[in-house]
Amino acid sequence: MISKILHNITTHLSWGARIGSFCLVVFALSAAFAPFVAPFDPHEIVGDVWEPVSLNFLLGTDQLGRDILSRLVHGARNTFFIAGAATLLSFFMGTFLGFLAAVSGGKIDQLLSRANDLMMAIPTLIFALVVLSVLPANMFVLIVVMGVLDSTRVFRLSRAVAVDIVVMDYVEAARLRGEGTIWIIFREILPNALSPLFAEFGLRFAFAVLFLSTLSFLGLGIQPPDADWGSMVKENKDGIVFGIPAALIPAAAIAILTISINLVVDSILSRTSSLKGGR
Amino acid sequence: MSDTHFLEVKNLEISANISMPGEKPKKLTLVDDISFNLKRGEVLGLIGESGAGKSTIGLAAMSYGRPGCLISGGSIKIEGKDILAMSHKEVNEVRGTRIAYVAQSAAASFNPAHRIDDQVIEVALAHKLMSKSEALNYAKVLYEKLGLPEPETFGRRYPHQVSGGQLQRAMTVMALCAKPDLIVFDEPTTALDVTTQIEVLATIKIAIDDTGVAGLYITHDLAVVAQVSDHIMVLRQGKMVEYGTTDQIINHAREKYTQDLVSIRAMNKPEQAEPDSPAILQVKNIDAAYDGVNKILNDVTLQLHAGQTLSIVGESGSGKSTLARVITGLLPQMGGDIIFNGKTLSSALKNRDKEQLRDLQMIYQMADVAMNPRHTIGQIIGRPLEFYFGIKGAENRRKTIALLEQIELGEKYIDRYPAELSGGQKQRVCIARALAAKPSLIICDEVTSALDPLVADGILQLLMDLQQKHDIAYLFITHDLATVQAISDTIAVMYKGELVRFGQKSAVLAPPFDDYTDMLLSSVPKMELGWLERVLATRKMSSADN
Repeated sequence: MISKILHNITTHLSWGARIGSFCLVVFALSAAFAPFVAPFDPHEIVGDVWEPVSLNFLLGTDQLGRDILSRLVHGARNTFFIAGAATLLSFFMGTFLGFLAAVSGGKIDQLLSRANDLMMAIPTLIFALVVLSVLPANMFVLIVVMGVLDSTRVFRLSRAVAVDIVVMDYVEAARLRGEGTIWIIFREILPNALSPLFAEFGLRFAFAVLFLSTLSFLGLGIQPPDADWGSMVKENKDGIVFGIPAALIPAAAIAILTISINLVVDSILSRTSSLKGGR
Repeated sequence: MSDTHFLEVKNLEISANISMPGEKPKKLTLVDDISFNLKRGEVLGLIGESGAGKSTIGLAAMSYGRPGCLISGGSIKIEGKDILAMSHKEVNEVRGTRIAYVAQSAAASFNPAHRIDDQVIEVALAHKLMSKSEALNYAKVLYEKLGLPEPETFGRRYPHQVSGGQLQRAMTVMALCAKPDLIVFDEPTTALDVTTQIEVLATIKIAIDDTGVAGLYITHDLAVVAQVSDHIMVLRQGKMVEYGTTDQIINHAREKYTQDLVSIRAMNKPEQAEPDSPAILQVKNIDAAYDGVNKILNDVTLQLHAGQTLSIVGESGSGKSTLARVITGLLPQMGGDIIFNGKTLSSALKNRDKEQLRDLQMIYQMADVAMNPRHTIGQIIGRPLEFYFGIKGAENRRKTIALLEQIELGEKYIDRYPAELSGGQKQRVCIARALAAKPSLIICDEVTSALDPLVADGILQLLMDLQQKHDIAYLFITHDLATVQAISDTIAVMYKGELVRFGQKSAVLAPPFDDYTDMLLSSVPKMELGWLERVLATRKMSSADN
């Protein structure tokens, strides 16, 4: 049964999506088994500063002489976990509030929507910088701040999707039956809003990776000696002046991850929104 | 010229290639081996249920296939020339000048941003058939001929400034303006009320008689086609069932399927007498409005007894569906009371208790959107059982299967999704969902109007059987008088938000009539030749549309 479903999924994916999902699986597995995959300890100085690519150091060494491949593999754990947790949080908050606004209508809708507009009016990055510089710098705070800021976008989307569904006769039928708001949200609306939300989840995750990288680059994300891909770009950026490509390697990893996610999501979206089998 | 066939269709075959992801593309034959001839001044009616390939044939006569469709065999000749062999440019020349098309929904076919005049004369100008002033003058002549109000200025209006029936007639003018030899009418009256339909039908008949064009009239309503066509072809699933003169088809049908179509709506429920017991539903002096100012319902009073059927009829905009919304509590009334089972119902839905909600169920017009596409049939029918009676698990499944059997579907449907069912089956599932709550009153809002006639008949039969078995009262909202005659005990006629006539079926449908009821009753097409002419000669008032 499961193998059949897997076969079904793989045969339906486009070539782009297959390449994308291959990259994602490689990234995910190497992050999960980081201690076994990484050739060196990520914090240990094992060579000279900014050594070029060699058989010993497959991707060279960084500004302190640490192995970049090892740091990349370990950094992926941070990047994936924080971006993933922040995206999940933003989706739980965003979709629930968005659906609530759409189902309730009237004053509750106005209150939630206008509060959301207010949040969106402030540029996300500046908002995050201010909040993070005030609060203690740890992973939990980072996840919550990123999640809450991102949920404004999710709120918009889920409310728009839900408003279309709320006017359907089957929602009216549920209301006439006397069902509660929670039942309508989770049983009537959610199943029918899954396709666009799922696609959005992939994209939001990619943005969260970029956002986390930006924050780390600016020094407000992951704190040294831990690393994520954004902070690795930051640490090695001075090398670019001397023609040393170390900073480009984590940057390329971020680019490949983002593109892979987009490829997979696009393929899923085009499938689920097709005439049959979708919805 | 008149002895030659203007349009000759021979062994026409149309197919579509369907490719689902992961499956091999397969060929599906939509229209199979259709042949007919048409002379100038003649009308051929194409009739069949949805999916019969009527529209596909109509469009093929213009050498047009909908995206994905392919004319894969046979020939279509216009004055001896095969249009399938023509170049793109030659086909364009034929379309518009020799053949014109009148679509089902004029409202969707007119561009709302341009004046009617500009759109009506567009084809004539594009093909340089006449100058602009000539075209405008000709359009005015046609407006007048087809009975449109103020023909001098009518064309200067925008599409939203005229009524649906007038727009449909303007579309006929558009088709006639380039003086074509053949007009394809694709369900031109289906979206209209009976009272408006009759006027558009009359217009079409005048247009054909006066200009001597040939016509291809596509519809699913045999009674309508009998009024305008000389020949009728009955289609089913892309194949021809029967082809003959109108008289042959209506009066001496050979095939069983055609006979079924002709004899439809022979059902007639014996009327129950008014019982002495108090009514189960009393609607007293209801006023209602959506914006709080413009009253959609004005002082409506009626009642319904247990186990009986009350039909509410009227044209669109008469407030029938609004009344249903008020009774269900979706639209709080401005004034008046609703008394259900001896208790006054709160005007707001949230103040009604679960028992009141259970006892009053609703069935919708569009079964497609009345069921959550992500729930299985078992979940859809099982939910009211769980919600109202707390029945769960195996017991719930057993009762759901019992309900499925009552609606003549059976156990195998329980794990399917609504998308896997046909239109009639979906409506049956909606009936089962309402039935699961064991209500004493079901509101049926146009439940059969989206269905093909034979399927609709089955649904009505089922509703009547269930009424007998469970003693359920129906509040039946419809614009179809044939349905009303078939199922009602009492009838309420509504016009512009007011109750025009209310009483036992025999009393409402018997003379003396008020003017509106007379018009409504006389507008229902009858399956007889020459009905249209007789009615038009004896009418008293025109519909609200004009």
